[in-house]
Amino acid sequence: MSRLNIELPGLSMKNPVMPASGCFAFGQEYAKFYDLSKLGAIAIKAATPETRAGNKTPRVAETESGMLNAIGLQNPGIDHIMENELPWLEQYDVPLVANVAGKIKEDYIEVAEKISEAPNVHALELNISCPNVKEGGIQFGSDPQMASELTKEVKKVSKVPVYVKLSPNTADIVSMAKAVEAAGADGLSMINTLVGMKIDIRTGKPILANKTGGLSGPAIKPVAVRMIHEVSQQVSIPIIGMGGIYTAEDVVEFFMAGASAVAVGTANFSDPFACPAIIDDLEELLSEMGISHISELTGRSWKQWQTSLS
Amino acid sequence: MKKENLTILSKENVAPRVYKMILEGESVKSMLTPGQFVHLKVGTLKHPVLRRPISICNVENNKLTIIYRIEGQGTALLNEKNIGDTVDTLGPLGEGFPLQESGKALLIGGGVGIPPLLYLAKQLKAKGVKVQAVLGFRTAEDMFLTEEFKTYADVIVTTEDGSFGIKGFVTDALPQTAPYDVFYSCGPKVMLRAVELAAATAGYISLEERMGCGVGACLACVCDKKEPFTGKSYVKACQDGPVFQTGEVVL
Repeated sequence: MSRLNIELPGLSMKNPVMPASGCFAFGQEYAKFYDLSKLGAIAIKAATPETRAGNKTPRVAETESGMLNAIGLQNPGIDHIMENELPWLEQYDVPLVANVAGKIKEDYIEVAEKISEAPNVHALELNISCPNVKEGGIQFGSDPQMASELTKEVKKVSKVPVYVKLSPNTADIVSMAKAVEAAGADGLSMINTLVGMKIDIRTGKPILANKTGGLSGPAIKPVAVRMIHEVSQQVSIPIIGMGGIYTAEDVVEFFMAGASAVAVGTANFSDPFACPAIIDDLEELLSEMGISHISELTGRSWKQWQTSLS
Repeated sequence: MKKENLTILSKENVAPRVYKMILEGESVKSMLTPGQFVHLKVGTLKHPVLRRPISICNVENNKLTIIYRIEGQGTALLNEKNIGDTVDTLGPLGEGFPLQESGKALLIGGGVGIPPLLYLAKQLKAKGVKVQAVLGFRTAEDMFLTEEFKTYADVIVTTEDGSFGIKGFVTDALPQTAPYDVFYSCGPKVMLRAVELAAATAGYISLEERMGCGVGACLACVCDKKEPFTGKSYVKACQDGPVFQTGEVVL
């Protein structure tokens, strides 16, 4: 798999594919289907300082080529995750990206400081873009000044590189990206879900108990590709791209937009074998395309000096 | 649990909008516990994105019987398939019904909650358990599986409009049932709530929940746990269920 291995801050990956945070829990469920060591990395479910019960159900609603979710950052809390989930994952040869969430700045600092100590956590993903919680999350993700301050604080305490997960629910994602890069972020991951709603026309009410939810899946892919295309030209830190990736062709498109790795979310729900299938197909696709290493594709859509693929 | 493209052997309309489909494949041989479900992917790769959980109605060697009602896009797409076509099937998933080893069992099903109880009735009878079944429908026209149940159980039918059997809901038939040691029920939450209150014994209920991944990862189908169950405050219908003991979850 020499075409696929990549090196990003903190992450030495066999291939550029990782399951996206929130779509893979802490790996145990998918380990029943395949060897998790096959993955490039795993972005584990968001951790907060305390146990969080999440939102009321219904928490998911299906939409055209996509779905809305409003889980609400349900998780057992940082201490339980450190004691139970992370040690279990040590049996696999796969680096973890720990998604860090909270209500206030101190929450993020506490979780980042603790979880970055874990031997298999090789990077943090700062979740400043969850649209489904009332406090924290997206507040930090829609104000460049707040995002910048939070990134600085987390960088001070983290033992591993910090990626900031950006929200598409903002007027100017480039400003956000530049702000967190200037604050010391080692990388970006984008995009989180788009805020949406589905109404049941039989009841006249929103299906989700939370009313609104985050839209994911193939429906948001063009938005993700456009935003990565814009941001990657304005920053020099690497981007983990995500938003509706289902196939190896989708991975290539995200790389061409400007990504240096990708995360697969909703596709895991359509097919629990989605990640290993994409990894196998990607090797084959690059071979067919005559690409000797996937990193050659990063930013090809805007690197005008390069020739197009035949 | 495996993923396999099962081949459709037959498809039959058994009631308005309700179809019975028999599918064949190697993975069916592992579908041994009644109450478990299969998770079906229909449509194209990228739409609809979610699988559809469907209960296991019967298994004979490598042949799986499912019964579904056309409710939305997913079941409509499933129904567009014909004999010889394949269905991307993940399963068996979830925890099924614990089997009573002897004595008498009462099975209580409503609408498309009825199918998993047939496979249960079959296995209970094989163990020597005496089975009675209360099957609830809206009208006589909506009835299905009642003949199949007679092979394994003494059957009482209820219809909401009284067009067949006892008029009313399944709970209206409970005063007329024979004494039982345990009950098993599957149907909408409102029915399960009423059954749990009216039943004479403890039992097992199977939830019909809106699911995402179906394997326990996405936390879409969580249900609150009741006291005095300790530990986690919630369960996942797809992985910890869909079958629970009475009193275990908030209905």
